[in-house]
Amino acid sequence: MSKKILPINKARRRLLGGLGVAGAASIGVPVASGLSGYVQAASSEPIRIGFQAHITGIGATYGRWYQRTTLAAQQFINANGGINGRPLELVIEDDGTDPKRGAEIIEKFAIRHKVDVAYGTLFSNVVIGSAARAGDLKLPYFVASEGHHVASGILNRWTVQPGITDVKSQVIAMAPWVADNLGKKVTMIVPDYAFGYDHRDNFTEAMAALGGEVLKVIAIPPTETSFFKYFPKIPRETEVIYHVMVGPGVLTFVKELGEFFGKNRPEIFGFIDSLEGVDINSAGLEALDGSHFWEGMPRYAFGSEHDEFYRSQVGVDENGASLDDPKDVSTYAHMFACWETLAVIKKGMEACNYQTKDDRQKLIEAVESFTEFPESRDHPQGAKTFNGRTHQAFGRQFITQLNDSRLDVVHVTSIEDGLYEDEVDYTSQSF
Amino acid sequence: MDFGPYLLLASLEGAVMAAVLALTALGLSLVFGVMRVVNVAHGEFFMLGAVSAWWASSMATNIASASPALAFLAALVLAPLITGAVAFATDRFVLRRLDYQPEATIVATIGLLYIIQQSVLMSFGPDARPVAAPFNWRVDLYWFGYSGYKLCVIVIALSVLLLAWLALTRTRAGLIMRATQLDPDMAQAFGIPVDKVYAGVFTLGAMLAALSAVLIVPTQQAHYLMGLDPLLMSFIVVIVGGLGSLRGTLVAALLIGMSDGIISVFFSPTLAKILATLLVALVLVFRPQGLFGVKPR
Repeated sequence: MSKKILPINKARRRLLGGLGVAGAASIGVPVASGLSGYVQAASSEPIRIGFQAHITGIGATYGRWYQRTTLAAQQFINANGGINGRPLELVIEDDGTDPKRGAEIIEKFAIRHKVDVAYGTLFSNVVIGSAARAGDLKLPYFVASEGHHVASGILNRWTVQPGITDVKSQVIAMAPWVADNLGKKVTMIVPDYAFGYDHRDNFTEAMAALGGEVLKVIAIPPTETSFFKYFPKIPRETEVIYHVMVGPGVLTFVKELGEFFGKNRPEIFGFIDSLEGVDINSAGLEALDGSHFWEGMPRYAFGSEHDEFYRSQVGVDENGASLDDPKDVSTYAHMFACWETLAVIKKGMEACNYQTKDDRQKLIEAVESFTEFPESRDHPQGAKTFNGRTHQAFGRQFITQLNDSRLDVVHVTSIEDGLYEDEVDYTSQSF
Repeated sequence: MDFGPYLLLASLEGAVMAAVLALTALGLSLVFGVMRVVNVAHGEFFMLGAVSAWWASSMATNIASASPALAFLAALVLAPLITGAVAFATDRFVLRRLDYQPEATIVATIGLLYIIQQSVLMSFGPDARPVAAPFNWRVDLYWFGYSGYKLCVIVIALSVLLLAWLALTRTRAGLIMRATQLDPDMAQAFGIPVDKVYAGVFTLGAMLAALSAVLIVPTQQAHYLMGLDPLLMSFIVVIVGGLGSLRGTLVAALLIGMSDGIISVFFSPTLAKILATLLVALVLVFRPQGLFGVKPR
């Protein structure tokens, strides 16, 4: 823990207040006692994972919760025997939600901190900016960003996304439900960068295949703070508005969308990104009542024992807010990716009997050989299949409806709904 | 949407932008006009105003369980005071010690920009935090709805601008400020305490930025990086209007705010920024002193 690097801020202090004492104590010490199964481990040196986090910048809300989830996962892993009998240690660095800094951090992880693997982050521009550097340095880079960039083949063999379904699959899985239940003439509002383009390209294609049509795509910079000016561009014949926004302005976005349309609004289908980390009871959100959302994992408890366990470990209540502060709403739909990705890293390291940094290639090959992750405490979001050729995991998706200030699950897609043809075979690339 | 309502929405957006921009840029323009100080940290005073507004209104809500309107009122009073205090201290301990030399103060205010921004990051944190609007009326304009509060922002900002105008042109304090602006040495010789005027103007400039931030923050959210946009826009306004010219600032704010709103709605916000920047370039080439500026003697 002494090696952990974080800027001194309140979030961190709170974080460490909640998790740190126990977390810190669990490193190194209890591994020897509770781990008869792993006593044979060749080395008791910790496994060091470099965690690239959005501590500052426009992704900071996600960053805070990704940290909490990651620290909880670390604690869970260390309490259950560590990795190959060795404790898991995290080196946390702030990427400032900035691609350039992201790449610098990857370098720092490899050269200065000498971590075993790098793991991170959400914003797709940061992941894309960092992955090339990880490839150059031959550093395994486990990402939790849901972008299609991994499976699209633009990255490299060292980058893997085993903990969360990519946007293309999410969109393909849900498009039929949207077309059948809400309407076929869609206007999309997306953030103006790679993540938004994943939505635009894949949903437009999926909708066309279903006989629907995307009338207009409105791309908004993620740093935007005022949104009224974009709404007149929504064509009048629109039946469904499909929105996905990110950044510090999301609450303003949904509020102004509601103010603009009032009661005579078209159907609205949004990715929860537009409300991630935002209290559903915030003033001005009434106009969204009855609208539907995609959630990677439902914010409100949905009666799954694994979800309950995971919630309690991370410190989230049944409404998706922090146990300490009901107004501190989590990024629940995304942050399971951290928990599940660390579980896969552990599984991969144990499968290839990872010992030193020379085994990094063996680790990637071991993860590539995985095909399924059953629903369990390690995978509380649900069962997943893993495609070793495209380095991408696929799981179920949830559609929820906003009613009476809570989100209730109305539809769950199957894994098969979101499968598509491989666009790349990373296993054919050399290391 | 038909052309008429489309234009109406565009003009409303433009008017909100223009009103708030005029208020922010007025602060920058005053400071430059009177003190010849280019305050690069002006945007951070805006941000500080927004963050203090969040602090004041959540204090009022949590401790005194005030209604949103009362909490907003608390923010409206406290945030400019807090920001003003920081600005006053800056003048005392930084600018005055540099003798208000133009080059030195630019470097100092760049430093101040980072100090304020990072201090807010360390204390307030990196999250965007909402400030509740004093009321949540939706004005139904038949073709579309609009935020009643935003309309109210236009009115408040215009009243404040009118007050500032009257204060500068009709009061003794305004006269002293203008005298200092024209010729600080002569003003000093006539017994005007120039140091105090400088301190007052710098504080007032920051308070105007903070005030416009309080007005705008219920429609956005308080965030430690929010100072950049107002800074750039204010500079554009001040350069186009003519450095130090009050009338120029107001006209340029109206011009740039309205065109930004209208171009953003009809075309794209990026194009609006491109055109504003182009306007600055053209003004600098053909009329370097700005539209209403006076050529240096």
